[in-house]
Amino acid sequence: MLLTERERLREELLQLIGQIGRDRSALLPLLQEVQRKYCHISEYCMQVIADLLDIHPVEVHSVVSFYSFLDERPQGQFVIRLCRTATCDMAGKDHVARQLRNDLRIGFGQTTPDGKFSLDWANCLGMCDQGPAMLVNERIFTRVTPEKVHGILAECRQMFGAHATSSPKERQI
Amino acid sequence: MTTSAAVQTTTNRLTFAAIEAGQGLNAALKQPPADALRQVAFSGLRGRGGAGFSTSLKWELAAKSAGERKYVVCNADEGEPGTFKDRVILADFADLVFEGMTIGAWVIGAAHGIVYLRAEYTYLRPHLEAVLQRRRDAGLLGSAVAGQNGFAFDIAIRMGSGAYVCGEETALIESLEGQRGEPRNRPPFPIDTGFLGNPTIVNNVETFAWVTCILAKGADWFKGLGTEKSTGHKLFSVSGDCARPGVYELPMGITVAELLEEVGGEAAKAVQIGGAAGQCVPAARFDRTIAYEDIPTGGSVIVLGPQRDLLRMSRNFLEFFLEESCGQCTPCREGIPKLLEGVELLQNGRCSMTYLEELCGLGETMQQASKCGLGQSAPNALLSIVEHFQDEILGRVVAKRPPARRERTA
Ligand SMILES: Cc1cc2nc3c(=O)[nH]c(=O)nc-3n(C[C@H](O)[C@H](O)[C@H](O)COP(=O)(O)O)c2cc1C
Ligand code: SF4
Repeated sequence: MLLTERERLREELLQLIGQIGRDRSALLPLLQEVQRKYCHISEYCMQVIADLLDIHPVEVHSVVSFYSFLDERPQGQFVIRLCRTATCDMAGKDHVARQLRNDLRIGFGQTTPDGKFSLDWANCLGMCDQGPAMLVNERIFTRVTPEKVHGILAECRQMFGAHATSSPKERQI
Repeated sequence: MTTSAAVQTTTNRLTFAAIEAGQGLNAALKQPPADALRQVAFSGLRGRGGAGFSTSLKWELAAKSAGERKYVVCNADEGEPGTFKDRVILADFADLVFEGMTIGAWVIGAAHGIVYLRAEYTYLRPHLEAVLQRRRDAGLLGSAVAGQNGFAFDIAIRMGSGAYVCGEETALIESLEGQRGEPRNRPPFPIDTGFLGNPTIVNNVETFAWVTCILAKGADWFKGLGTEKSTGHKLFSVSGDCARPGVYELPMGITVAELLEEVGGEAAKAVQIGGAAGQCVPAARFDRTIAYEDIPTGGSVIVLGPQRDLLRMSRNFLEFFLEESCGQCTPCREGIPKLLEGVELLQNGRCSMTYLEELCGLGETMQQASKCGLGQSAPNALLSIVEHFQDEILGRVVAKRPPARRERTA
């Protein structure tokens, strides 16, 4: 990472802290914002946030590692989370899972080499009356079938570029 | 993304739909806080998040608790498997929830409200922010709520980050404070040592909405519904093998059989009530009632048809708990993997009766020795399945796998 990029990132974090706050209870909103923007929270980010909040970096890391929606490794532009809990299981989530694996050519917990998609499981998404359910970033899809998977992925690929919030380069930081 | 996905949920006729925004709050503000509290007390309302603690008692203790700054927190972390009624309430009746929080603030003397919304429901946030803004514009939130000088109250939304255990009220507070969501020892309770050490009431989304209805329609009305110990109506999230899954408002004290008839699930062989933390009720016991005095629940009802494999469900729940346990205390952290191993033995038809008894003993230890409700309730589903479905789970004969193709062609 270039020094100038680090400086730019530090500037951005400072700005963010100006908006959100500097006290400990601002930590989670800060991390959520970093995650949203950079698709993960790098070691460098954790270090800077710790400095700015005047806490030990280990404290920040322990919080990041606790929450399943905060990641230390870069995630794809689209994070797909398929619900695996009881009623979605009864509604046939295994078939949807298989089709996702086939179409994306990755397993659960992995990211496609082009950085577009990450595939993961989710625990109950609160769509039990309309399972199988799946989150793509913040958007919810219900009654997903293996057949529908292709269309959903195609829609994401189309959006990629037009609505991308960060470039693959930003994901590296 | 709008709330359209939430709206697709089928519901029966909901009381919430008949309450006009403002009715409850206006009624509350016409009386001194102590009188408004008396209404909630008279209604007999108990927490709708699952534990069923008396709402008025919690509020009374927080009102009496010494402290300049007090907080009203709405628990919108809805993560119990099979529960989705809070999503529907937030999507369709957010005004009633915010109004209930405002009434809570009036009663306990709080100026700050926080909604802790689970990350999975981020798509609801723009809608909720819009409703909050509308209420601010109408003077229902802000420096003088509804023109009441000296009563300042506003509500902020804070997001979760994907952790079921953060629905436990002390873990939720830890999370708000920027910590790992690890439950605290209780006491002290949030009513005196809550958010940032201040008196805090944490209530479920549905609880706040009912408070608004109680103030609007009168405590007598609410008390007249349900049973003596479980007054009022409750929202149930019904899923699984039934003709009409959805959100149902039904009186407390309804039997399982009556509920199944309502949702078209009469063919069920069992019903899992209370989510992963709840119990599996066999058809022979469908005469039992859903109420705090019999089967308590936060509202999750999963209907299980004759073809369902209960061990598969029990395993699914244990895998859920394994992932969601915070790992802080030993009975929960070490017990869940042991129970899971046990279910695998049962699935493979290799569990002796002696070992099964040991597993049940372990489950009972976890119920008593775990620090929070997660570990205390993780064994529930398995224990109830062992109690009621021994014939189904013991002595399983596992189908031999067909030989691999390589061997066949060789
Ligand atoms: C592991 C665990 C998860 C919980 N999740 C929730 C939840 O998602 N929503 C909720 O309202 N209460 C949840 N609770 C219960 C809360 O701790 C608390 O009792 C509740 O928010 C109080 O509100 P009420 O009295 O209005 O029900 C959970 C409890 C435990 C032990
Ligand atoms: S019971 Fe489980 S979730 Fe609760 S404090 Fe102990 S380890 Fe954490």
